[in-house]
Amino acid sequence: MSVGTATRDAVAAVRARLAEDDALLLLAVALGIYALFVLVSVVLGLGLNGTANTLERITFLSAVYAMVVLALNLQWGYAGLFNIGVAGFMAVGVYTMAILTGSPTGSPPGLGLPLPVGLVGGMLVAALVGMLAALPALRLRADYLAIVTVALSEIIRLTLLSTTFATFTVAGVTLGTGGGQGIELPTNPVRALFYVDPGNPSSGATGFGSVVFDIFGRIYVPFMAGRGIQPAVVLNWAYAVVLVLFVAGFYWFLTRVGNSPFGRVLKAIREDELVANALGKDTNRFKVKTFAVGCALMGLAGILWQGSQGFVTPGSFVPLVTFFVFIALVVGGPGSNTGSVIGGAVFASLLFEGPNFVRRIVEQLANNGLRIGGLTVGGGGLGATPNNFVDAVAPLFSLHVAPLVAYSLENISSLRLVFLGVVLVYLLQRRPEGLLGHRKEVAAAVDLSRREDGGEAG
Amino acid sequence: MSEAGGDAPSAAGTGPETADSAVERAAKHTPEAIPLRVTGLEKHFGGIAAVDGVSFEVEAGTLTGLIGPNGAGKSTTFDLITGVQTPDAGTVHFRGQDVTGLRPYQIADRGLVRTFQIARELSEMTVLENVMLAPKHQVGESLWRSVTPGAREEVVAQERELRERAWETLDFFALDHLAEEYAGNLSGGQRKLLEMARVLMTDPDTVLLDEPLAGVNPTLGNQLVERIHELRAQGLTFLLVEHDIDVVMNHCDPIVVMHQGRVLAEGPPEAIRADERVVDAYLGETL
Repeated sequence: MSVGTATRDAVAAVRARLAEDDALLLLAVALGIYALFVLVSVVLGLGLNGTANTLERITFLSAVYAMVVLALNLQWGYAGLFNIGVAGFMAVGVYTMAILTGSPTGSPPGLGLPLPVGLVGGMLVAALVGMLAALPALRLRADYLAIVTVALSEIIRLTLLSTTFATFTVAGVTLGTGGGQGIELPTNPVRALFYVDPGNPSSGATGFGSVVFDIFGRIYVPFMAGRGIQPAVVLNWAYAVVLVLFVAGFYWFLTRVGNSPFGRVLKAIREDELVANALGKDTNRFKVKTFAVGCALMGLAGILWQGSQGFVTPGSFVPLVTFFVFIALVVGGPGSNTGSVIGGAVFASLLFEGPNFVRRIVEQLANNGLRIGGLTVGGGGLGATPNNFVDAVAPLFSLHVAPLVAYSLENISSLRLVFLGVVLVYLLQRRPEGLLGHRKEVAAAVDLSRREDGGEAG
Repeated sequence: MSEAGGDAPSAAGTGPETADSAVERAAKHTPEAIPLRVTGLEKHFGGIAAVDGVSFEVEAGTLTGLIGPNGAGKSTTFDLITGVQTPDAGTVHFRGQDVTGLRPYQIADRGLVRTFQIARELSEMTVLENVMLAPKHQVGESLWRSVTPGAREEVVAQERELRERAWETLDFFALDHLAEEYAGNLSGGQRKLLEMARVLMTDPDTVLLDEPLAGVNPTLGNQLVERIHELRAQGLTFLLVEHDIDVVMNHCDPIVVMHQGRVLAEGPPEAIRADERVVDAYLGETL
């Protein structure tokens, strides 16, 4: 009994501590997810390099989602602006950057400007397009903004896809989006840290690169197969770390925006715009600003997302991406910046990547069996995978479950969408406030609670 | 804005003559003495004239009452004055300036603020946040000032000052024990108080109160009326819409009576009480 009470007290104390300290909470979530995926990697027998690769992919995706969700949280979570054109604004950022920095002799040709110009340009154009979308919708009810943005997002994607704009000439300068072929992206500068010629690994590593590759090449972890982490994985990790730093930057920026009189007005607009207006706040100005800043951040997040790759096609910016971002925000809890980061990480690792790992684990267990002591349970595989749903379900009547399981696993990426839909419906019905519960991230630059003691806050 | 209704005859001013001399009257009619002047306001919804040529003045430092049976057009008049709706005709002058058709925030910015008939608390914000929202022209309402490290110091300093004022205001309205509660969790009466508190944080010149006592328990209601008198003594002007006739008769002077979108009578409480048209409008209720 007393041990039980003590554990319960300890758990309660930890929970209270986590509820207070956002940094600790974020760290705990990150460690929890890493621990889970290390376990998964061990079950799958991925070895050291494979495990490092898995964790890198989780980190990369979590960071990308965290950034976009943070940007959407500013618009929807704080100001209640229903933007369902997230993918489109990301596309604008990425393509603007690609066109600005692309080589003038490339296919399609670009303007050949330096990368920082591309980054800033991508953000500015995304902000501008966001403002253009917001301005007419501001006069109308909130739902219209949703319709305008989702339509705009598709117009952007289809425009990028069209052959008309694959290459075009403006004022004697030939540019292009590359149409369905996609467009080349500048080499990600993180590679330049490691390779003499960032575009070509066979050119040899830089001094820094060879030292780092050497260190990671020697790593040995007990109970894990294989020795050392390959340069390609190290390189991806370096990029993922850069993204995590960007997440920290986004978080810092948006927390300051939220915890200020500006954030207070945004919340008021979300709750009741007429009240904010009747108290002397020019709500339209706040809305346009918020929309522009949020879209600029989405543009930047898009650039960082695609930046690790050599090229990008319009297919990366389908509306589904927007809905993924919304699910992640609902998971984390709209209106909370800390929740946004956690929502991004939980969505990317568990909901988005999780199903694939479930498939791999089930297949692994089905084929090799589960070894408990000297006993092997199961094994022998699931048999042939049925070709269609009827073939998968029919054997159920003769109590054969394996065909359905095999069929489900084969189609898990489609089933994932069903699964995500169920998660969304469940959350909206049972926990609309998100995983973190109802959080009071009070919109003020100082701690409002204390007054008698002078209130040392900042 | 159209001045079409500007010369519409006012149904008001037919009450008993006041003893003021012509000189005193002239002195009182400077723009400063009359913060709010409404002339010939009209608003139609379809074929119905909700407000049909309303004219009246609210003099500085008064607690002017605006009464009338249900559907008399009181709330619509409030909406027209504060820019929530645009009048079809007529003008609103505030402290000598034509504010007709301005957006609500522009009117509030000039010092003319209102509360709502049904309390519009910002429910997912704490009581303190609600109150801290209201002060005008906060440094931290600028996005870049809130974010830039150097400029944020200024924001933080102002937030400290506002926090003091916010707590004082909450004390004044006896809401301090609810400061960190979500506004949505407050009772109807407390929400009304919160609206008053919020409006006062804007440093208003003239306050339009739309049924501030509805849903407030009588004890609290009396306190609220006392508070209004205190604030009036400090130089604020009030225009009050209220259903509780006793409160209006006991505390408001002058009183404007509306009926079917028009001003029926205007004058001190005794005159209103004695006015037969007013009694008729209220279907013989004892005033």
